[in-house]
Amino acid sequence: MRLPQRAAVALALFVAAMLVLPLFVDSYIVSLLVVVLFAAYFGQAWNIVTGFAGQLSLGHALYVGLGAYTSAALFSHYGLPPWFGMLAGIAVAATAGAIIAALSFRFRVGGVYFALLTIAFAEFTRILFDHFDWVGASSGLFLPVSSRVGLDLLRLRGPPVMFYYLLLALTLGALALSHHLLRRRIGYYWQAIREDEEAAQALGIDVFRYKVAAMALSAAMTSVGGAFLAFYENNLYPDTVFAIGRSIEIITAPIIGGLGTLFGPILGAFVLTTLGEAMTSLSSGFALNGLKQWCYGAALLLIVALQPAGLWPWLRTRLGLAEVRR
Amino acid sequence: MSAAALLEVRGISKRFRGLQAVDGVSFAVPRGGIVALIGPNGAGKTTTFNLIAGVFAPDRGSVVLDGADITGLRPDQACRAGIARTFQVVKPFGGLTVLENVMVGAFKASHDRIAARDTALEILARLGLADKAETVAKSLTLPERKRLEAARALATRPKILLLDEVMAGLRPVEIDAMVRTFADLSREMGLAILLTEHVMRAVMALSHHIVVLHHGQKISEGTPEQVSRDPAVLDCYLGAAPAAGGA
Repeated sequence: MRLPQRAAVALALFVAAMLVLPLFVDSYIVSLLVVVLFAAYFGQAWNIVTGFAGQLSLGHALYVGLGAYTSAALFSHYGLPPWFGMLAGIAVAATAGAIIAALSFRFRVGGVYFALLTIAFAEFTRILFDHFDWVGASSGLFLPVSSRVGLDLLRLRGPPVMFYYLLLALTLGALALSHHLLRRRIGYYWQAIREDEEAAQALGIDVFRYKVAAMALSAAMTSVGGAFLAFYENNLYPDTVFAIGRSIEIITAPIIGGLGTLFGPILGAFVLTTLGEAMTSLSSGFALNGLKQWCYGAALLLIVALQPAGLWPWLRTRLGLAEVRR
Repeated sequence: MSAAALLEVRGISKRFRGLQAVDGVSFAVPRGGIVALIGPNGAGKTTTFNLIAGVFAPDRGSVVLDGADITGLRPDQACRAGIARTFQVVKPFGGLTVLENVMVGAFKASHDRIAARDTALEILARLGLADKAETVAKSLTLPERKRLEAARALATRPKILLLDEVMAGLRPVEIDAMVRTFADLSREMGLAILLTEHVMRAVMALSHHIVVLHHGQKISEGTPEQVSRDPAVLDCYLGAAPAAGGA
């Protein structure tokens, strides 16, 4: 078999397994898989701006929050179905991402200073929402609790398994989009900018425009995940939605899985969630506070030390898919 | 020469704080011509390059390419106007393959991946890198990296190619091979080349016309023979005018 065929077969097997998986596991595992898919999707969205275009964003919770609050507020105030709220959220998040990127790159703020700026905007928005009465301020915004039996796709009211399939579709859509973009001129230009901005510019690339585009697209994709998160969790507090901890969580899966790779964010999400669960059950026998976090941290350190490029490039070689660069 | 000139540099100057890096320099590169910009370290060669390629805007003077004023354009705009350059310290896209590196340049002319790939493969063959197409750029040797720089720049289909010390760090055999490559490219594609170079062996073999800079000013220009006999040039390179009977 030629390598691209092997990759296609491997992907088909993965999709098939994911499609039938909920039939064989209990509801707790389904809820864990929903966590995996959220992490995978947010990781894929972040991977566009940081993995492909090389611009380190540490404030992606901002776009999760904008997507979540826009769709939830339009639903609870005007009864607007979340699918419309999602479109509004895309517009809000893409605009915010473009403005932040344009402000930074216009004044040649790059590298770690850009990363600091993304944190600042996320924190600043969190504090703003703490005082934003229309969305419940610091006491939170609540959606009517999801029915565990009924299924209302239009209003996204349904059991976790509904969210599982929606997020699976979203994740596979993001995978297809990332694959497509990497094969287009814009994908080559993003990677050139990531590798060497000055050389990229000398080859005729309008570096500013392509960096802003990467940020806007990444923000828009993130906000869609945010809308699903709002309707899955049903309650939104600025201090958790916009938390800096969420921004860090978003970047962990793609880094562990393989920054800038197509499948890395998905693999990373599976590994991290499994690792977290394993650590919980392992450490539950001991009455030691923080043991789980300690083991989790040590395991992450071990992975990063042994496979600094991420787990996917390593696994890809093991599966005989190594020559498939994209 | 001025009427037929492809690139005209007219009295450009650039000052950095206290240093007048380039001071009223003028010269021209004809279509298909190979012009070398030489001078001791700190003469202003690389600054002149950067003024032409859009890295800095000149304080005074203008740069005209093919009849269009390109003074003060950004590097990407200068590239789209037809100027391609290599860097003194090579800047490969290390994580991408050699082919992908060159495709990035080729995408200037075409949005289509297949067309960009074909252009890139053709240029890699010309520069003797065809068998390295699938190699990751960071694992290339220095001579290969220098060739990659040139290949990437050529893939943008420039009107003029600016080579910034592309021979530096190469062994004599490699230099001779590079000289042949660029002489062939210029002759076969009608490509104009402006180069800065310390390696006189390459300058003499390659260029039709030489411009000599010293302390940011043009002190001489002419054919390689004329320049190599100019007392002003000998003075700046050797420190003092040779005595009547000396050397």
